[in-house]
Amino acid sequence: MQQSNAYIIIFSVILTVVLGLLLSGTSQVLGPMQRKAEELDTKKQILGAVIDADQIKAMKPDEVLSFYENRIASKVVDINGNILEKDADGNPMVAEKVNVGKNYKMPADKRMYPVFIFHAEGNPDEVESYVFPVYGAGLWDEIWGYLALQTDLNTIEGVTFSHKGETPGLGARITALNVQQRYQGKEIFDGSGNIQSVVMQKGEGKDYSSDPHKVDGLSGATITANGVNDMIKNYLQHYSAFLEKQKSSQKTEMASLN
Amino acid sequence: MSTETTVAEVKKPAEALLSKRRKKLISDPLVDDNPITIQVLGICSALAVTTQLQPTLVMAISVIFVIVMANLTISLMRNTIPTRVRIIVQLAVVATLVTLVSEFLKAFAFDMYKELSVFVGLIITNCIVMGRLEAFALGNKPYDSILDGFGSALGYSWIILAVAFFRELLGSGSVFGVPVYDTLAGFIGDDFSFATNGLMVSPVGAFIILGLIIWVQRTKTGYVEH
Repeated sequence: MQQSNAYIIIFSVILTVVLGLLLSGTSQVLGPMQRKAEELDTKKQILGAVIDADQIKAMKPDEVLSFYENRIASKVVDINGNILEKDADGNPMVAEKVNVGKNYKMPADKRMYPVFIFHAEGNPDEVESYVFPVYGAGLWDEIWGYLALQTDLNTIEGVTFSHKGETPGLGARITALNVQQRYQGKEIFDGSGNIQSVVMQKGEGKDYSSDPHKVDGLSGATITANGVNDMIKNYLQHYSAFLEKQKSSQKTEMASLN
Repeated sequence: MSTETTVAEVKKPAEALLSKRRKKLISDPLVDDNPITIQVLGICSALAVTTQLQPTLVMAISVIFVIVMANLTISLMRNTIPTRVRIIVQLAVVATLVTLVSEFLKAFAFDMYKELSVFVGLIITNCIVMGRLEAFALGNKPYDSILDGFGSALGYSWIILAVAFFRELLGSGSVFGVPVYDTLAGFIGDDFSFATNGLMVSPVGAFIILGLIIWVQRTKTGYVEH
């Protein structure tokens, strides 16, 4: 059956309009739910760096949000560790709204660096750990995560990683709990106070528990692992000024207490 | 829809909802005409998503949804689709359905969406979908097309689930994320241990499992390629 050109064009136009309307309609209806899911996911990731994954899993979405509200304080610093109060438009800065991925495209000294502070309930001054976002490139697409440091600003309390398109079963395993747990208790500074970061090694199945700067690697996902290593090291360096400042203020506090 | 077909339907007595011919539409693709093991279609996704059972299950459900809905839509439109642009029309319908699946996953199963995002998009290029549209839905009535799509999707699903079962068991030592070996060690004693096989996590493992399944299947059915 041969149809006329006019028929084909009209058919195509109608089909395009119908399918287009269907898709944009769905996107409109589901949009708010998707944004909520994303926000919840971000907050879960931040919390994942400091509390047990099972504990988060057991919480309902509302409980996660209220827990976050009660336990996390946040601020935004620049590369020199100075606190930024207002964003480019003069509005009060909200750390949760800072898009680390977008900032990544700017030069390192122009970026905004959010800091999330995990504190005791009801007392923002009683800090339990500091959570820093990290961001970089994996094998296929962006990877990002959150790294929590204990109050000595040296020992890693925990990490969470996420990715956009790493290979399932290989690079995508950076989201797996047993991979992330390998970072717990590792140290970012070497003996003389320089940032040495924590590096995922090539190959998998070796025991690095005696070395505070090495963790077991991901077999079959070397490029993703390298991406993780780069991203942690880069961001630790970006936050180094803030870390130094925080450390010296801790010291003066100690001194005044004595 | 042209009136011609409706007239023809009235003349003969209505076919049973699940007549022998219709049952065959579902059961044929399961073994005798399996899209993966016999037609060797959809291999790419069979290799890619099958490292673990849970994403594989979501993938299987998504593919069932997409094939059935695409078959239904194309079959409903089959008499109006211009022959010269039919492939583009099929593609547009499939792409829309896949985008819908992806959007719904993002809204209601965000964790799954993160894990599967790339592969859900790749359903568009799954040869099984286009194959069923070209070979069946364009020339058959909607209800038969639904059955045919469902059968083919089931044939695809059970194979990838079987592959995923063995790959997860041997590669990660778990089934649906439950660590089998560790649990067994708890019963039998700590002496019981089983080294996981890294080969199974890589696509090579899927080839091996798939090859074994095809071997067993062809030995049983006696199928020979011509």
